[in-house]
Amino acid sequence: METINYQNFRIDAENICVDYNGKVALYDANLRLKPGQICGLVGMNGAGKTTFFNALTGFVNISKGKIRINGESVRSAQKDQTIAYVPQNEGIDSQFPISVWDVVMMGRYGSMNIFRCPRESDVQAVKDAIERVDLTDHLSTPIGNLSGGQRKRTFLARAIAQRASILLLDEPFSGVDIRTEKLISELFIQFKNEGKTILLSTHDMIHVREFCDLVLLINKTVVAYGETSEVFTPENITTTFGGISPDFLFGPES
Amino acid sequence: MELCSFLTLDSFITDPLTHDFMRKALLMSSLVAAVCGFLSSYLTLKGWALMGDAVSHSVMPGVVVAYALGLPFSLGAFIFGVGSVALIGFIKQKSRVKEDTVIGLVFTGFFALGIVLVSKIKSNIDLHSILFGSPLGISLSDVKQTIFISLLVVILLSIFRKDLMLYCFDPRHAKTVGINVFFLHYLLLTCLSLAAVVGLQSVGIILVVAMLITPGATAYLLTDKFDNMTLISVLSAIISSLIGIYVSFWFDLETGGSIVLAQTFIFLFAFLFAPRYGIFKLKKLFAGYK
Repeated sequence: METINYQNFRIDAENICVDYNGKVALYDANLRLKPGQICGLVGMNGAGKTTFFNALTGFVNISKGKIRINGESVRSAQKDQTIAYVPQNEGIDSQFPISVWDVVMMGRYGSMNIFRCPRESDVQAVKDAIERVDLTDHLSTPIGNLSGGQRKRTFLARAIAQRASILLLDEPFSGVDIRTEKLISELFIQFKNEGKTILLSTHDMIHVREFCDLVLLINKTVVAYGETSEVFTPENITTTFGGISPDFLFGPES
Repeated sequence: MELCSFLTLDSFITDPLTHDFMRKALLMSSLVAAVCGFLSSYLTLKGWALMGDAVSHSVMPGVVVAYALGLPFSLGAFIFGVGSVALIGFIKQKSRVKEDTVIGLVFTGFFALGIVLVSKIKSNIDLHSILFGSPLGISLSDVKQTIFISLLVVILLSIFRKDLMLYCFDPRHAKTVGINVFFLHYLLLTCLSLAAVVGLQSVGIILVVAMLITPGATAYLLTDKFDNMTLISVLSAIISSLIGIYVSFWFDLETGGSIVLAQTFIFLFAFLFAPRYGIFKLKKLFAGYK
């Protein structure tokens, strides 16, 4: 049997379990991702997608199993700004009195001093990130005045400014305009070429086939995991969604 | 005091200043207002209004016990304030009862305990001044305590200003980049307890929650920038305190109630006329005339 070098894996989750006050949200889940891989996380609402993200970022504690990020603990990944989390649009308070610039600057907080005073390099990183998501005209716009797509791009820019090597994206394509969708797909290709690892949850089957090298189907635990072309079959999807056929869920494929 | 004497604005403002207790009340209340106003913008954005209500009521037994034992009443208040939050968290986790219900039952329980203790201990505790505040009768040791606690809270909030903003906005991101969210949570709770303690001197236990939520809510209607929100919140709190104390002096009204009413009126004004978020959107009205 060949020995596994854990350094090779960006994300290595082994038999992880998460429960909230005794209620199991996720059990015996495994995931291994290498640099440059894009993996789709597919499952019903309440299947544990967000819980999986929360476990990887350390926002919830796992009750069993082990997570290694670049071969090290989640705690040291937090310290190193390794993981960036891009929330769902619904997951944030869009009425919060804060501008695009301030949100993106939050990507730099982890590496600043205790007063969070931006250095020259932080300002530059924020500028570059905002330019990459094409929001330079909206630097001081409050996030409440942005469209859904622009808001999504703001949080993507935050992840870029953070210079994370792992991106976790919760429903990156939900509620965005065509222009944003195109920009996000272009960014994904750039990220892949830069060697970043991406894990994204989505409801959209077409996006999985289009971008994801790998797919992880979950329903409280892993239903299937592997190359998209092999694993993303109607049978597996039906199992993931509790016996409902994909045609019924998403309409017949065209 | 002759009624005609405040027909001139000058004497309306300067006459009360000739009294030592008025100068002290104006200074102390402004300080307390500034502290509560500062904190208020965080509580409003975090959605902790009910938590503010709970903590401010729960400090009651702490104040009574501390008085009875001859300890600084801020100490007792602080212990019970933080204790109530811990108890709320514990009951919520261990039972199926919903959070707002737990908050409601814990703080009313503590408050009732405080009232029962007052009736039993019957020392020189002035129930009225605890319930409704007594900024005009503030003692020298209270002044020292208030200044110390206020400075402490302002310094803590200033140092962790941006982290607390991030914590209110997106705790998940804060955690992901290695910021100690647990610490920030308890820092905010600690500041809340301390602010409730100093606030109850001005307006009393029953109304102190207004000091902690109204200025923030007013500021929230007036700006889209966090820093401006804090500034407006602090200013509106201070102005309300000054108005409240002057009005209560000239018209012989309850001071705490007057201060809170002034805050409420400022909020209503913002609610109606805020440039962007008010009902009548002043900006649009003026734009129409151009």
